[in-house]
Amino acid sequence: MTATATDLALQMEGVRKVYRVGDAEVVALDGVHLTVGADEIVALVGPSGSGKTTLCSIAGGLLTPTEGSVIVGGQDISQYSARQLTGFRRESVGFVFQTVNLVPFLTARENLLVVDELGPRTGRKARDRADQLLEELGLTGRSGNLPAQLSGGERQRVAIGRALMNEPDLVLFDEPTSALDTQLGDQVVKLIRHEMKSRGTAAIIVTHDDRITHYADRVARIVDGRVTDAGSRDA
Amino acid sequence: MKLALRELLRRPGRFAVATAILALIALLLMVLGGLLDGLVAGSTGALRAQRGQLIVYSSASQESLVRSRITPAVRQVIEKTVGVGRVAGLGSVQLGARIEGHGPRDLVPVVLFGYELAPRGLPDAVPAAGRVYADRSLQSEGVRQGSTVLLGPARTPVEVVGFLGDSRYSLQGTLWGSLQTWRSVLAANRPGERAGAGVDQALVVRIGAVDSSTQAHAIDRATNGATKTLTIPQAINALPGVAQQQTVFNQIIGITVLIAVVVVGLFFALITVERVGLYGVLKAVGASSGILFAGVLLQALVVTLIASAIGVAASLALDAAIPAGSIPFVATPARLLTSTAYLVFAALLGCAFSLRRVLRVDPAAAIGGEQ
Repeated sequence: MTATATDLALQMEGVRKVYRVGDAEVVALDGVHLTVGADEIVALVGPSGSGKTTLCSIAGGLLTPTEGSVIVGGQDISQYSARQLTGFRRESVGFVFQTVNLVPFLTARENLLVVDELGPRTGRKARDRADQLLEELGLTGRSGNLPAQLSGGERQRVAIGRALMNEPDLVLFDEPTSALDTQLGDQVVKLIRHEMKSRGTAAIIVTHDDRITHYADRVARIVDGRVTDAGSRDA
Repeated sequence: MKLALRELLRRPGRFAVATAILALIALLLMVLGGLLDGLVAGSTGALRAQRGQLIVYSSASQESLVRSRITPAVRQVIEKTVGVGRVAGLGSVQLGARIEGHGPRDLVPVVLFGYELAPRGLPDAVPAAGRVYADRSLQSEGVRQGSTVLLGPARTPVEVVGFLGDSRYSLQGTLWGSLQTWRSVLAANRPGERAGAGVDQALVVRIGAVDSSTQAHAIDRATNGATKTLTIPQAINALPGVAQQQTVFNQIIGITVLIAVVVVGLFFALITVERVGLYGVLKAVGASSGILFAGVLLQALVVTLIASAIGVAASLALDAAIPAGSIPFVATPARLLTSTAYLVFAALLGCAFSLRRVLRVDPAAAIGGEQ
């Protein structure tokens, strides 16, 4: 089945990213074409330095491409200013970082609500959503705990909850299981798939972990800044 | 903003060192300011208490009460000058006083003023010869209503009939009596400085609606340069040492504020360096640099206000603990508020050094750098 533009959570066309290091230019991405459907989970794999993180950063509005277009949830963010990208990240994408990176002095619930506090506040609506997410993630009893009082898996679930707080079009996972043991990593991946599919939210999971690829709808491979195999989408 | 406040509440230990250092700086600022105010108040009270706008000295006196002499003829000219209202004589003499309860060689330095126009805090009627009002600071020396104080080497007795506040002069307690009392005490104890009949040291002048400086010039013109007329603030600044005290203390206060800027700047620069990772994550999830920097400013403001509150409490405690007349220290609301304002300014300025670092935090770093 071919997805139409409106079905797509992410559409990258001819994306090129060049860094200048001293007098030299380093091409991190070179003519990347990648689409992700509205409810699709794509595992992005490739060797270190292949451009996975750069691709993810551009898709999430953390970096701007040197060339090409990036459309997320119908918004062309290729030419967005820094201020526009800040608003875009706050409202349209979610991130789960490799090292979890929760705010250490906030409780689990407050870590979810921080997303709302950074922009125009919605108050009760945000609090209700945070409580709902915590319940769905099995963290209701831990909502008042600080990150240091949570297990690795619980922290990862809080991070997933934070990424879903703004009801994003696309969630970007950066090596979500790298710091977890096999059993916990498996649980987290199942949880990610469940949460994404139950909400119809698209996700890109940057990983080296073969276990994750089994839970993804598609595996895209990137080598030397080029997507060599975008995989095939399940019908 | 809420994030910044929560960090303050949940990690108070992180800010304790900066708060303690700033509290010490606040106390230093307030003590320095209080000492300056105390010194100035103790040196100038007698002039500030005057209810005229101008003080007339003889031109040869170099604006010194001790050297000044105004003759009756000059006084008559001034009284007839257009715009001049009440003209009142003023005289002073510094002497050692023997106070009841003190040993015979235990002299308390005082300044006896003779006046015609009652200074602030005294009734209009001038006390009878040999009777005086005393500055309240002399109560700590044992002076009471009805006490007899023996003045100078001649041990001229004067009886204290009441008290007034904030009238110290040259950091000494003052006594206030009639010009007749002053003349007789001066003649008995400083025969070489005696003032003839009708001769005053200076004149206190009340004027109409005319500008004080303009009227002062008019008086000096009318006396053909025999007088030097100053407004009360000018007369205060002309007192020996007052301007120098203010300059020195204000320079020390300025340097202290500069130190506060550096302390706050360094502290929040370090905290910002520690938070680079956290700021990267927060920027990645949608925080603007403005929100993050506003949080830093808010934390600096709260830390400074807490430190200032500690400084204010310590200053007030110090003010209450210091015996009257021992150390010239006063903790006035104006000084405490000004010191707090200086510290807040220093804190906000110090924080500005962190702004560049906050702006430079790259949200892409949160997701593993730029490669």
